[in-house]
Amino acid sequence: MDNLITYLIDSQFLYSVFRVTTPLLFAALASVVAENAGASNIALEGIMIFAALFGAIGSGISNSLIIGLLCAISGGLIISLLLSYFGLYLKTDIILSGIALNTLASGGSVFLLYVLLNDKGSTQALQCLTFPVVTIPLINKIPFLGEVLSGQNLLTYIAFFMVWVVFFLLYRTKIGKHLRCVGENPEAAESVGLNVRKLKLTALMISGLLASLGGAFLSMGYMAGFSRGMVSGRGFIALAAAAMGMLSPVPTMIASIIFGFADAVSNILAALRIPDELVKLIPYLVTIVGLIVFSQIRSFSEKKRRKKILSKT
Amino acid sequence: MMNKINKIYPNGVVANKDVDFSVRRGEIHALVGENGAGKSTLMKILFGIEKPTEGSIYYKGKKLIINSPLDAINYGFGMVHQHFMLVESMSVSENIVLGSEPGSSWKINSNIQDEEAKKIIEKYNFKINVKAKISDLSIGLRQKVEILKALYKGAEVLILDEPTAVLTPQETVELFEQLKALKAQGHTIIFISHKLNEIKEICDRISIMRNGTLVGVYDVNAVTKDEISDLMVGKSVNWEVLKTPTKKGKVLLKVKNLTVINEANFPCLKHVSFNLHSSTILGIVGVEGNGQKELVDSIAGLTKIESGEIILKDKKINTSSVEKIRELGLSHIPGDRMVRGIANESTIEENLLATHTKDERLFHKGFLKTKEIRKWSEELISEFQIKASSPKVPIKMLSGGNIQKVIVAREFSKNSDCIIANQPTRGIDIGAAKFIHLKLIELRDKGAGVLLLSADLSEIKSMSDSLLVIFNGQFVAYFEDANKVTEEQLGKFMLGVEKQDEKEIKRCEA
Amino acid sequence: MKKINFETKFEIIRFSVAILIALALSFIIILLVSDMPFLALKKLFLGPLENLRRFGNVIELAITLSFAGLSIAIIFSANQFNLAPEGAFYASGAISAMFVLTFPLPKIISPFLAIIIGGLIGAIICVIPALLKKKWGASELVSSLMLNFIVMYLAKYFINNKFKDPTCGYNATYILPDSSRLINIIPGTRIHFGLIIVVFTIFVCVVFMQKTKWGFQLLQTGRNVEFAKYVGINTSAIIIMSQAIGGFIAGMGGSIETLGMYNRFQWQSLPGYGFDGVIVAILAKNKPKYVPLAAFFLAYIRIGADKMATSTDVTSEMIAIIQGVIIMLVAATSFLSNTRQKMLIKKVRNNG
Repeated sequence: MDNLITYLIDSQFLYSVFRVTTPLLFAALASVVAENAGASNIALEGIMIFAALFGAIGSGISNSLIIGLLCAISGGLIISLLLSYFGLYLKTDIILSGIALNTLASGGSVFLLYVLLNDKGSTQALQCLTFPVVTIPLINKIPFLGEVLSGQNLLTYIAFFMVWVVFFLLYRTKIGKHLRCVGENPEAAESVGLNVRKLKLTALMISGLLASLGGAFLSMGYMAGFSRGMVSGRGFIALAAAAMGMLSPVPTMIASIIFGFADAVSNILAALRIPDELVKLIPYLVTIVGLIVFSQIRSFSEKKRRKKILSKT
Repeated sequence: MMNKINKIYPNGVVANKDVDFSVRRGEIHALVGENGAGKSTLMKILFGIEKPTEGSIYYKGKKLIINSPLDAINYGFGMVHQHFMLVESMSVSENIVLGSEPGSSWKINSNIQDEEAKKIIEKYNFKINVKAKISDLSIGLRQKVEILKALYKGAEVLILDEPTAVLTPQETVELFEQLKALKAQGHTIIFISHKLNEIKEICDRISIMRNGTLVGVYDVNAVTKDEISDLMVGKSVNWEVLKTPTKKGKVLLKVKNLTVINEANFPCLKHVSFNLHSSTILGIVGVEGNGQKELVDSIAGLTKIESGEIILKDKKINTSSVEKIRELGLSHIPGDRMVRGIANESTIEENLLATHTKDERLFHKGFLKTKEIRKWSEELISEFQIKASSPKVPIKMLSGGNIQKVIVAREFSKNSDCIIANQPTRGIDIGAAKFIHLKLIELRDKGAGVLLLSADLSEIKSMSDSLLVIFNGQFVAYFEDANKVTEEQLGKFMLGVEKQDEKEIKRCEA
Repeated sequence: MKKINFETKFEIIRFSVAILIALALSFIIILLVSDMPFLALKKLFLGPLENLRRFGNVIELAITLSFAGLSIAIIFSANQFNLAPEGAFYASGAISAMFVLTFPLPKIISPFLAIIIGGLIGAIICVIPALLKKKWGASELVSSLMLNFIVMYLAKYFINNKFKDPTCGYNATYILPDSSRLINIIPGTRIHFGLIIVVFTIFVCVVFMQKTKWGFQLLQTGRNVEFAKYVGINTSAIIIMSQAIGGFIAGMGGSIETLGMYNRFQWQSLPGYGFDGVIVAILAKNKPKYVPLAAFFLAYIRIGADKMATSTDVTSEMIAIIQGVIIMLVAATSFLSNTRQKMLIKKVRNNG
């Protein structure tokens, strides 16, 4: 146990927690935006896969980080557009479309990889680029905290910045308000003349963009290049994180960090010979418990509110 | 200043026939009529939710084309629906300015939002905390927010659809004060309601609709409630029902002191009691929304009871499951047939079969006896004259009348002792309706006790042996012999104009 | 049945157009990507027919996909988006393996018991999301996805730590005893006794859905839960029961796949059969009697893609793209709705 604590307090470990949280956070924020507009985005996994693939290849071929990033975003948007088209226009059940697109992306990415690079496993043939690490002056001089907070990848800072951006978008802009209205009461939205479909489409596009950044981090952040199966369920974990975060940006960030923590811990525990399978399942367990707890709280507050109204009338 | 709004629709669906409806500026104008009289349709057309088949709308001398609620809003019409269109998690000011947020930039300044909302609130002398969340507000306050929403968008004409249906007396008083204030500021209000007392209190003129036509426009001061009631409730179709009087059997269903509170915490039934005997048809008369739905739903086991007792064939069924209640011998034709009465995606046969899963002719130890079921459903189809080529046809392909016949066939084919028929002939053609009537009488002659609800007064009067009138969640009249009361008299009770004394009403508990 | 009514006719058209589009898409992709497109296409569509062994592969895969499809069809018939069969497949396979390794039993009894146990495990797993939804209103989609991972990691823990064969080069259990394996019934292929079991299961499911009271009530509940309550159906019991049955079938599938096709249990991640089951169920319109056809179709193109991959320069993963497109098109309710309108108008006109 002592060993464990020392490991956890190590600044390197805490640094890695933030690193590992990054893709989760992007995807969880993506889910937050989509769910708030009532357009569930189950295809996060698929979006991240395509974004990771396209980004790696793009940066490798063009030798430009910017182009790589644009390619990553395009890859993710392909999936988002398909989801929107089938879910909003052709009226395929949006959850089913999400599931279908995930399997499409999972296999399709390997296929494209092979077609473009003749390698079914990864992009190792290419020299892929990564986003730079950023050292924050002054902060990096702080003992312990400095090592944790400074020197993270650029995308990590962007991810945490996005928490504020999403918050601002949803709660401080007109369009965010309209999105939330569409998600909570589409009839009310229609009655004031809002175009429900267009707003849902907008939400899915923003969601796709965020998730693409998450995918981009996987292949262009800490590690360079795409390899098969690298997303490994993060898209689904992100759904859980957003659910646990009650679809609100800051709690979602906390939930994502919890998951990231569990992920980082499992690496250490492997060294301590605690089986990593057992550690890996903790985040999922925590989500289910969280879901239960939050629905209990919600129904409890409903009952309280009813009593309040009853006593008023 | 007087300004005429004219609306002419010849033959707008069957809902509005040649309706010329006009309202003067600055007045509170009541629009009344029974359910199905056409007033909701008329207002939907004005607000752009529906389009008239023919006819036109003039406002301030100009002809208007209204294709959607957005157009109506732009012209200055505002509608407060019965079901509020509010976002619960947002604040009052957010809801008021929804869709037309102030400021040209893409940002929201919540202070400006609150300011704008406060301006409107103060202008009309409402008293609401702009920062309060809708989910914390009472129904009365929520309605005020809806009104403010319409006012914020510049509504000069406000349409209120049954505004007091969900308000407490206190809230109603407050609402009326607001309406008077609005009128003083030059707004025009169209007030859709059944509540004659309120109309008398606050409205200037009244337009009465019946069966899709406008039967009269009067100054409220120039007509009595009796006269209004008479005009609303005139004879429609002549239901001549051949019915031989039967002797009332023993008590089948006892309801004692039943109180039901709905989801909005509104008491829709207050300590009602009555008995239903076998071999009778007891009609429950009332304007929709006065508690009759909750009454039959609680008997059928579909609604939770707050207090009281329901006893069917000497067995208490307050908390029994629907399955148990049906097993005891109850059949139920639901009022909302498309929501509950059928499974849209299933076949006719499946819909017929759904309540017969314990029938040994059709099921053998949990297995469907396909051949017998096929024969049985074909027999039912022919007996009830359902227009379909085979029982395997999906029920959604049938016309409304035929769908109702399937429901009726299902519910009547069980030899039940107690039948609840909630609007059994609503929206179906005369032929089918008469058929259903005959079947009901047949069952009653064989000993069944029938609880009948209908919005059509002449139907329920001619079909029922006895009548109970319900108003505001309580019984206000009981007539042992339905023949001994006129429709006009019934109307007065239905609208709360009159009430029998307690002793007379209590006879229904015999 | 003299007249095929309009709706069915339209559904058939829509289905066929969807499949045709998907096939055309595969044609285009192959053309673009391959230096030997026509060989690739030939292998894709005809590959499985080349020899008995290849065709056997189709049947073997179809067996597992049928279990998956049946499981999801029953679960989705109750209108629940419960994806726990994915985890159920894994867990039941693992537990069956652990069972037969721990309790050596004679020939027929061993696999029989193992399959039953696998089924029970599957049933328990799939019921959990339904219970969570009933009691706490938790989304069955999210909870089932999470449960899949939990179950997998738990099972994997036991497999990798208590049953791992140290002599084996990769992560796998000890070799499963011969007595527990399902016998091979068609020599020259790997088709095992599971084929008989799955045919039997399909038959039972068809009878259940079409001929029993419970199946009838399940269908009505899934189509309109308010209606079901109104006619007196105990909807929560029916829903839980359907998830349990679906779970049991998925569990059987996992056990049978393990005992029939492998000599060790070696899955290190979720096999994906749960999602495949969704594809099969959608194609089969949730009807058990069509599941074997849909499973066969899916298995056929998968094996065809494998053959194409080994013989040409097109990798098998392109099938994933086709699959995704097929599901979305088949399940698209507004797909071709304009055409439908035109056909409807024409029909009404013709009927006067």
